[in-house]
Amino acid sequence: MISFSEVHKSYAGGLSALRGVSFVVGEGELVFLTGHSGAGKSTILKLIPAIERPSSGNVIVNGQNVSALRTQAIPYLRRNLGLIFQDQKLLFDRSVFDNVALPLAITGFGSADAAKRVRAALDKVGLLAREKANPISLSGGEQQRLAIARAVVHRPAILLADEPTANLDLSHARQLMDMFLTFHQVGVTIMIATHDTALIEYATSHAKRVRELPLSAGALADKAAP
Amino acid sequence: MKAWLVQHAAALRRALDMLRHAGWSALANVLVTGIALALPLGAYTLLVNLERAAQRLDATPEISVFVTPDAKRAEALALESALKALAGVKAVRFVARETALASLKSAGHLGELAATLGANPLPDAWIVTLNHTSGGLLQQHAASITKMPRVDQVQVDTAWVQRAGAALQLGRYAVLMLAAMLSLALVAVAFNTIRLQVLTQHAEIELSQLLGATDGFIQRPFLYAGAVTGALGGAAALGMVYLALQVLAQPVTDLARSYATEFSLQYLTAADAATAALFAAGLGWLGAFLSLRQQLR
Repeated sequence: MISFSEVHKSYAGGLSALRGVSFVVGEGELVFLTGHSGAGKSTILKLIPAIERPSSGNVIVNGQNVSALRTQAIPYLRRNLGLIFQDQKLLFDRSVFDNVALPLAITGFGSADAAKRVRAALDKVGLLAREKANPISLSGGEQQRLAIARAVVHRPAILLADEPTANLDLSHARQLMDMFLTFHQVGVTIMIATHDTALIEYATSHAKRVRELPLSAGALADKAAP
Repeated sequence: MKAWLVQHAAALRRALDMLRHAGWSALANVLVTGIALALPLGAYTLLVNLERAAQRLDATPEISVFVTPDAKRAEALALESALKALAGVKAVRFVARETALASLKSAGHLGELAATLGANPLPDAWIVTLNHTSGGLLQQHAASITKMPRVDQVQVDTAWVQRAGAALQLGRYAVLMLAAMLSLALVAVAFNTIRLQVLTQHAEIELSQLLGATDGFIQRPFLYAGAVTGALGGAAALGMVYLALQVLAQPVTDLARSYATEFSLQYLTAADAATAALFAAGLGWLGAFLSLRQQLR
């Protein structure tokens, strides 16, 4: 589903974020990217939807070579992905409902179909009662769930989450993990960047096909070798 | 096709939302656009009316051909075929010297003067009427008629028609230049407005790109916002010109009446008005387009 081969990424100024990373994530797997800050977790998650392009090496998603993708084709690649950003990127000038509806508007859904899907997604994350609220009035945990609802509303096959539990206490973090596990159970391929080891242990003990890809200074640590 | 329509309808809705949110500043933009357009549009309307006025005055280009006084009547009449053979001639009319004197006598105070004359001093004459007012053709014909036998004098009565034509032409150029300059200003206004709008919606644009929005999806609402502002500005300009004409209508009618003619100002035709509004929409669209091209690269 997702494969990296010998991927290097260096930024202007000579900073090397990734140094020859290779791995394969199969369909329906739940993979945790771990490692200290600056190990390259976020970079990997940015290379998959072509937010960043690799300096060398190949990134293949759904059989498409992302590294060679034309700029005009990138939007269509991203529509198959569900992205959960570290900073959530919620829009505070519109309602909870409209935030979740955005990905559907982008793909050109008719509004009746869209409304059904938006409510289904909000229901999954327990925010159906808040659809008219402004995201600013939601708690930190609720905002994170809103971000998840927006990421799954168009039913992507791949879900990418960057530090989804960063600012949550343990019980909220588990609640969130349960949602990811639900998506995992129905076959969604999930990659989560985190340094929350308790979360990984929780996931490992509650589901199969869970794997960890530990990163260190832009390379995969030995533990990841198959 | 249906998806395409849905997308465009959604973009238009978002553009209208955008304008509604902008509130007073959107209204101010419409007004600026309207005033800038009202100037050339108003000038154009006046020009159209002036042209109408000029056409109502008898502008038929005529050449008066006076035959030498010693020419015999037969010689004078013989000119007819030569005159008719000229290009662009609509009609030729013979004015016998007796007829000319009679009409002179009946013309008020000149009649008394004519009565004091002994012999008829007037020559036979031909009046040549041409089809259209081409200054060059008139002069050319006048020159060749002068060379015909027994022709004494040739007079072209159209100097003022040419002057009026030239003045109107000048007016047309002036309106065109005014329109070009203010169109540029409108594109600049739209450019700047959309630039600010893009800045305020930066977060949404960035997010939409991350969620798989195409450039078209992102740009469409802004293009619509530019076009709608332009079209509303055009409508405002048409309204302003209309009001100005309403104010001027009575004075113009009074003025015409003092010259013993009937003349009333006419508003732009529906086609002209629609063209103006569409043109304004196009300018707004262009400003938005240029702005987006510069910012979203």
